[in-house]
Amino acid sequence: MHELSLMTNLLDDAVAAAAGAPVRAMRVRVGPLSGIVVDSLRFAFEALSPGTPADGARLDIEETAPSLHCPRCGTDFSTPVGSYDCPSCGATDGELRSGNELELVSIEVPDHV
Amino acid sequence: MCETCGCGDPHSHEHDSANPHSHGHVHDSSHGHPAPARTLSVQKPALALNQRLADQNRGWFRAKGLKVFNLLSSPGSGKTTLLERTLRDIPRAAAIVGDLQTENDAVRLRASGAQAVQITTGATCHLDAHMVAHALEKLDVDGLETLFIENVGNLVCPASYDLGEDRRVVLLSVTEGEDKPLKYPVIFRNADLVLVTKCDLAAATGFDREKALASIRQAAPRAKILEVSARTGAGLDAWYAWLAG
Repeated sequence: MHELSLMTNLLDDAVAAAAGAPVRAMRVRVGPLSGIVVDSLRFAFEALSPGTPADGARLDIEETAPSLHCPRCGTDFSTPVGSYDCPSCGATDGELRSGNELELVSIEVPDHV
Repeated sequence: MCETCGCGDPHSHEHDSANPHSHGHVHDSSHGHPAPARTLSVQKPALALNQRLADQNRGWFRAKGLKVFNLLSSPGSGKTTLLERTLRDIPRAAAIVGDLQTENDAVRLRASGAQAVQITTGATCHLDAHMVAHALEKLDVDGLETLFIENVGNLVCPASYDLGEDRRVVLLSVTEGEDKPLKYPVIFRNADLVLVTKCDLAAATGFDREKALASIRQAAPRAKILEVSARTGAGLDAWYAWLAG
């Protein structure tokens, strides 16, 4: 529901990183536990990017899998969202190491600028 | 210009830098073929600013000796009713409450004798650390020990925003579906405590307690679970003990 405001942040960061150059592409990493709907994020990009230096840019979205660590047996594992059971020992309280991220990984700018 | 967080700065910076770029884009696309591009690493979370402000809030809470609880749930699950009772029963507590519109909840909470600051978010579906920082300016924290932040009723967006709180409390009322934690796993995942509320209505709604508890344990394996009724007072002693713990 707040994909518009988050895309505003991502676009601002992309424009700032481009430092005056047009933004050709943005690579955004989205974790499955971020609560972000990728389609909504794309819609927000289409709605917000026109008129900015990222107008017409390519939006690359990298979707990650949840990464968990079992505090009982030390196994690192990945499971579907909503299930955190350790596949080795069955403990149900895996610690989330990643999967809730939403971040601007990189941008592309023209080579000659 | 905001003295708490300097919030005038990033916006004016963004606006300043937004306009000149359109020239560059027009110039660049006039070549008619894709020019070679280079990649610049950014590695910046979309919520970096919120996180910075949340960390500031957290530092401020620590300095003031305040214990802070962020209450999250869907609308109508009983956050305000629970706080009305809680603020009457425990001393030196206050609340910040978020809604899209109206001062109604703060008015209700002030009737307990405690301070309550309303944040009206307009169309925004969650509280963020910036809104909370400004609400703190309206709070007299001398002598306060406990601060509740009643978030906007919403099981999706508030999950993403750290406000600087010590603990997250997620409410699930017996009038909601028992499988709600499985449908909204993100917000339950980060709960320190899940409060099952309106337990006095459980029989009337045909609430399947075991199914609900199993759903909570699956979605929030690290959370403590307490069952309460703000109306009858059942279970509130355990809630107050948890708050004091």
